Amino acid sequence: MVVNSLAERYRADFPILDQKVNGFPLVYLDNAASTQHPNCVIDEIARYYREDHANVHRGIHALSSRSTKLYEDARARAARFLGAASAESIIFTRGTTEGINLVATSWGTAHLGPGDVILITEMEHHANLIPWQIAARRTGASLHYLAVHGDEGTIDWSDLERLLSQNRVRLLAFTHISNSLGCINPVQAICATARRHGVTTLVDAAQSAGHAPINVQELDCDFLVFSGHKCCGPTGIGILYGNPAVLDDMQPYQFGGEMISRVTYESADWKPGPHRFEAGTPHIAGAIGLNVAMDYLETIGRPAIQANDHHLGEVAYERLSCLPGIRILGPRRERAGLISFQLGATHAHDLVAYADQFGIALRGGHHCNQPLMRKLGLQATARASFYFYNTESEIDRLVEVLEAAIKYFGA
Amino acid sequence: MEIDELYQTIILDHSKRPRNFGELPPPATKGEGYNPSCGDEVVVFISQSPQGTIEQVRFTGQACAICTASTSLMTTQVKGKTVAEALGLKRTFIDFLTQDAVPTTGLGNLQALAGVKKFPQRLKCATLGWHALEGALKSNVG
Repeated sequence: MVVNSLAERYRADFPILDQKVNGFPLVYLDNAASTQHPNCVIDEIARYYREDHANVHRGIHALSSRSTKLYEDARARAARFLGAASAESIIFTRGTTEGINLVATSWGTAHLGPGDVILITEMEHHANLIPWQIAARRTGASLHYLAVHGDEGTIDWSDLERLLSQNRVRLLAFTHISNSLGCINPVQAICATARRHGVTTLVDAAQSAGHAPINVQELDCDFLVFSGHKCCGPTGIGILYGNPAVLDDMQPYQFGGEMISRVTYESADWKPGPHRFEAGTPHIAGAIGLNVAMDYLETIGRPAIQANDHHLGEVAYERLSCLPGIRILGPRRERAGLISFQLGATHAHDLVAYADQFGIALRGGHHCNQPLMRKLGLQATARASFYFYNTESEIDRLVEVLEAAIKYFGA
Repeated sequence: MEIDELYQTIILDHSKRPRNFGELPPPATKGEGYNPSCGDEVVVFISQSPQGTIEQVRFTGQACAICTASTSLMTTQVKGKTVAEALGLKRTFIDFLTQDAVPTTGLGNLQALAGVKKFPQRLKCATLGWHALEGALKSNVG
């Protein structure tokens, strides 16, 4: 079996997991918020600071050229990680949020106007929702939503064709894997439909880039964004992939050093390629750490991680659904490795505080999905999210503690 | 266990059976408390006597055990107090949760929330109802 063998083989690479919290072995189930780091990533960041650090693209000296090479190697690595044809399509950002803001600002300002429609889904993270609210307000475009139905979180994607032909949709932005529902959207089919209608697409791959194979050329999306820290990399670094045809005529997002070619007191020209979107000194160590993280994930193999996720997600669904009074969001089958739920009348924050006392790290809240939670009549849910280092016995431990919580809070 | 310090018996009791739960019609005034980290909301309703004391206080909302219990306990403590006294109690309570060795005069049952000191991430939960109370006391409209 693939399952458990991944944890058996790789868990020891994560020193942070080997500790007790409140006297119990740590059970880290908050991976949808942030994953942990293997030794190779931690070591490479330390090594870089010890041996190679200098600013990139500026100095002629040895350290600067080493640093620049490592930074640009990471860009090339990210291109391979996403199946992009060229490193020129890869822009370093602070993370998913900045990537989407960049597109909403740079692309949005140039391509949106009154009468245009931005189409997103009701399951988007605030990061893929608020930038579009603002872009709509600024450009006079309107923001429409694809409806999410029921606790399963179903979207009727067959309706997309009609929506795209009836409205002047310019942009379709949607999540690959929902961070609160755990459902997986059919990216390739969605992008193909959008392409037929000449609609630009943005895929939020925050929950998927480290969990499933991604090939932007096969998906045929225009933009794809993810964060390093949700796939074993550092915080503060992320990737924006841009289809060259779309990227080429986009204006910069921020201005300053690093992104210019010729500057006078009156005006400035921008560098070509991705560098014109990277004003200022970037998070060099972050990019270098992310490079190693991507290598590490490719060694394990994202198809194996994906299979492991599906298995843990389904096991969690089956075992948690036996708890009295539980309400689980998202589909029963074909789900990602995360599960959010409400347990009777017990509030998510109380559950999370209780689980923490037994060393279990969960997330409780609206998961940056306030409108969706409101629509489903929920205020907050507790969420357990897995990565390849988690085991089935950790799910059993979770169930055990939740059973005790039901008694404790008298749900 | 540390968790029992947070969820004392009286807290669990007030969270499961909140006192003074419900609305008050106008001319009662209301104040709202919202916790953006969890989406919890409480609304506190206040009616005042001609002498300016709190005659009735009620609250509604959906919130965690700490927030519900703290708001419920608050309603049992402020009835009959003047606006100034109620706001003074709010300050005493917040000082009690955020500082060491402060006087506990007048806190009564509210001292059951002492466990929050060890869980600073729950401070917002414990004080949400009090912020809503302040809103209701300072509001002129029902």
